[in-house]
Amino acid sequence: MTNGKSFLSRQDLLALAVLAALLFIVLPVSVDIFRLNLVGKYLTYAFVAIGLVLCWGMGGILSLGQGVFFGLGGYCMAMFLKLEASTPEATKIQSTPGIPDFMDWNQLTELPWFWEPFKSFGFTLAAILILPAIFAFIVGAAMFKRRVGGVYFAIITQAIAAILTILIIGQQGYTGGVNGITDLRTLMGWDIRTDSAKYVLYFLNGGLLMAVLVLCLFVLKSKLGRLLVALRDKEDRVRFSGYDVANFKIFVFCFAAVLSAIGGAMFTLQVGFMSPSFVGIVPSIEMVIYCAVGGRLSIFGAVYGTLLVNWAKTTFSETFPELWLFGLGALFIAVVLVFPNGLAGVYRAQVAPRVKKWLHTRKSGPDAPVQDPQAAE
Amino acid sequence: MTNNGRKTGLGSTRRGVILGAATAVALTAFSQFGVGKAHADDANTTGLAVTADTVKVGILHSVTGTMAISETGSVQAEKLAIEQINAMGGVLGRKIEFVQEDGASDWPTFAEKAKKLLVQDKVAAVFGCWTSASRKAVLPVFEQYNGMLYYPTFYEGLEESPNVIYTGQEATQQILAGIDWVVKEKGAKSFYLLGSDYIWPRTSNKIARKHIEKLGLSVVGEEYYPLGHTQFNSVINKIKLKKPDVIYAIVVGGSNVAFYKQLKAAGIDMTKEKPVLMTISVTEDEILGIGGENIAGAYATMKYFQSLDNDNNKAFVEAFKAKYGDEIVIGDVTQAAYLGPWLWKAAVEKAGSFDIDKIKAASPGIELTTAPEGYVKIHENHHLWSKTRVGHAKADGQYEVVYETKDLMEPNPFPEGYQ
Amino acid sequence: MFADYTWSELGSIFAMQGFAGLILFSVFVLMALGLAIIFGQMGVINMAHGEFMILGAYVTYLCSHIVENYVPSLFGVYFFGAMILAFFASAALGALVEWALIRHLYKRPLDTLLATWGLSLMLQQAYRSIFGAREVGVTLPDWLLGSVALTDTIEVPINGLFVMALTLVIAVAVYFLMFRSRMGMQTRAVVQNRVMAGAVGINTERVDRKTFALGCGIAGIAGSAFTMIGSTGPTAGQLYIVDTFLIVVFGGAASLLGTIASSFAISQAQSTMEFFLSGSMAKVLTLLTVVGILMLRPEGLFSLKIRR
Repeated sequence: MTNGKSFLSRQDLLALAVLAALLFIVLPVSVDIFRLNLVGKYLTYAFVAIGLVLCWGMGGILSLGQGVFFGLGGYCMAMFLKLEASTPEATKIQSTPGIPDFMDWNQLTELPWFWEPFKSFGFTLAAILILPAIFAFIVGAAMFKRRVGGVYFAIITQAIAAILTILIIGQQGYTGGVNGITDLRTLMGWDIRTDSAKYVLYFLNGGLLMAVLVLCLFVLKSKLGRLLVALRDKEDRVRFSGYDVANFKIFVFCFAAVLSAIGGAMFTLQVGFMSPSFVGIVPSIEMVIYCAVGGRLSIFGAVYGTLLVNWAKTTFSETFPELWLFGLGALFIAVVLVFPNGLAGVYRAQVAPRVKKWLHTRKSGPDAPVQDPQAAE
Repeated sequence: MTNNGRKTGLGSTRRGVILGAATAVALTAFSQFGVGKAHADDANTTGLAVTADTVKVGILHSVTGTMAISETGSVQAEKLAIEQINAMGGVLGRKIEFVQEDGASDWPTFAEKAKKLLVQDKVAAVFGCWTSASRKAVLPVFEQYNGMLYYPTFYEGLEESPNVIYTGQEATQQILAGIDWVVKEKGAKSFYLLGSDYIWPRTSNKIARKHIEKLGLSVVGEEYYPLGHTQFNSVINKIKLKKPDVIYAIVVGGSNVAFYKQLKAAGIDMTKEKPVLMTISVTEDEILGIGGENIAGAYATMKYFQSLDNDNNKAFVEAFKAKYGDEIVIGDVTQAAYLGPWLWKAAVEKAGSFDIDKIKAASPGIELTTAPEGYVKIHENHHLWSKTRVGHAKADGQYEVVYETKDLMEPNPFPEGYQ
Repeated sequence: MFADYTWSELGSIFAMQGFAGLILFSVFVLMALGLAIIFGQMGVINMAHGEFMILGAYVTYLCSHIVENYVPSLFGVYFFGAMILAFFASAALGALVEWALIRHLYKRPLDTLLATWGLSLMLQQAYRSIFGAREVGVTLPDWLLGSVALTDTIEVPINGLFVMALTLVIAVAVYFLMFRSRMGMQTRAVVQNRVMAGAVGINTERVDRKTFALGCGIAGIAGSAFTMIGSTGPTAGQLYIVDTFLIVVFGGAASLLGTIASSFAISQAQSTMEFFLSGSMAKVLTLLTVVGILMLRPEGLFSLKIRR
């Protein structure tokens, strides 16, 4: 092991390798591009779920407003793509050519000032990372400095999600309203709707996800990660030991927000539109559920949890379009009641000991079953 | 799916001409039956899910989530139409099979399911969507994978896609005649515009406002409330303060129920001469939730009412009730959804093929004499020529048609001077 | 905007607007009281609160249907019976849910959020399967419709007055139940110190179940009353959930009095702003103000100082 990766344990490497094999070899080979694109879409939610593992599982801060950050990232990307799609030639039937179609429908005659900078790709990328961080910092600083925690934080973030949704829908001249920003075509001239582009985006998305996982492992292995766990278990003792608890919480909340925003931006690229239905309360809660299903303590579990819930959602709803909510609801209740530690908990209790035993007896290379979730610890 | 010996719908209409037309259509279908198999390749050159005796179509509506309230009727109508077409021998000799997907009131889900229907199931047409947002979400999918969407809802216009047939009315068709009527018949001078906060009510009210101002009359207030809003006492007080002749309401969904109940409770009596309440968003389906006694006296402008008095409609209502029970009501959108499969069938038969491009080319000019709303015809811009009617709500939840335009209204999704 | 009107017109409008605010206040209190008990007192984040309300609404719908068809002579008063039935139906479902689900989760409050979210999905689907996806219309007796004209220009909706009276009755009943009865004393004891309460001989499990059922039952009554002013459909419960939680949190979760105070503050703010601004912006501004104040004063308007 070289110096760059010295913080990764053998187990982490195994987990990364299994996930990489699943995402980059097994899935692309076994499913067609339509399903692969769906997997890509699900994986964008995994960014949010990973962020939630850090702030909820590790830090004990449950945010019910992660959709806000997912939406911010997605909208930033969508604004850039929409401006690119709204060339004067493409929009010449409008009364004001050159502005996005929904602005024209709402009698706007020039581009609003805050749309201007999104003509630049560099600015857009920076905005995707920085805007959510600033927003999370404002919310986090206000709340954590006053020691708001637990349920209160959850409800307040939920209200923020509600406010932002109403605002986006109400200001439809500037935001596209309830329709969202639709019909996105190209990224710097590159058509994102073709099958080949979908493949490229899928792999880009997967690569980013792996990078984020490595980054998270690094954070968790650092002193910060240990402090987070200490915070969750006995906040007062950490405070009495002289640490400024609020700053750590703010940091991890901002970090999770940035991860969500990256997911949002990748979502827009792969799906081709962004709408306020991702900002609201329902998607925010669903994202928490992905994380819970995966096991809230495991970043790998979060990825598998996201995949599992979405796979269940898609399959149930295709097979029983009129009854599938029963299955989904039951799944959530079962996870809470029967498997409180989610997939990661099942893995740790059932699979991990056997893998270990198997590794010991055979002394052969690691070859865990691909579908099994991996624990991060 | 099979018809249990009952003669239903369009085939059983009594008027000679229509019967003749229907028989002719059926005969064409049957005569094609033998030929169809021989020319299976001709009818399907683009890899659609068409076999020698079946053709697959998609139904894509929300059956869960908040929009299921509205979209259920459309699903029922589409299934009924498909069943009736199959009973008549299908399309080009092929029975229609449908794949139903749930959009779950969530626009990205609509896009995902639309793509699944087109890419994986390779359906020959999709009947579906309800809200503008869901249509906007699936539109790029239909254009990219070259599918055919039959969209049933009255909507704001500002769109014209070769891959979509809009079987509902666009905003100018629905609005202008109604306002002209209320001005002429009720002597309305001032209007209060009200709506749920999204694109359809806003665009519709914009068109209404332009038209009202063109007529030299005044708009005394315009206001929007978030979707799902349930407290309207404040705006009702404002309406009382402004005393408009017409309350022009485009409130949708659960808000509708709250709005009309509170309006009635606040002592605004719609059965009196003033103010007139005019809406374009309350069909018989919505009245079911609002309660007929709460909306009695209001006027609605749309192209279809269940009470429409013609033979086509009687047969349609009868078949619908036979299938879904006597309690069921049929609204404007439900009827428009019912037209979808029939218009598609007509286009396929005119083109002699299921190929999307041929259907696109064949669609303009297609007529339907057997539509419950009467005669409709597809315009060059893929919308329907149709009549606009004004209905007067009665306490039993039905509308009494008090006015209908003499001619068919031309669909004009990009109206000059109204944008 | 007032230049064109006479003083008397303005006076009556403000009077009516005041009534509108009071009605909104009553609606908020009804919505929030049940949750204040479940969430505020017991710490259970019940995301299915809206669905319990809708259960009450459906019970009312069934009653109206049955009475209308079989005993039309009683139609004028069926609403009272329907509300009582709604209370018991929701309370029974609540007790069942507490037994099957919630009691395993008292030590993990955030998990109750996930479990009740799953429950709300299932309840919505159940309503849809049983009553159909369309909204149902609840027929009301005639005396509940229309308005009372106090003067020529001031009219007060009767159903608004009814909701106000109902709210008063329920609030008083809850007060007596929580602060003047044995059950309330036990509930408060369990909330403040579960172990000690158990040690002095209170059957904490039974108290939990009763309290949860009580909260759900009040939600059922609220849902029953809301058939007068809102819609009854499978997903209608979702419309109320955010507002309800905000009201309870804003009031200070542990304080029932706080819930009432915050209902008053939020309803007045909202109805005043709705009058001067357009609908959507009024809603955004109200929520923003509430969130802003909560950030400055996270414990809410009223907070109990208790040792945990």
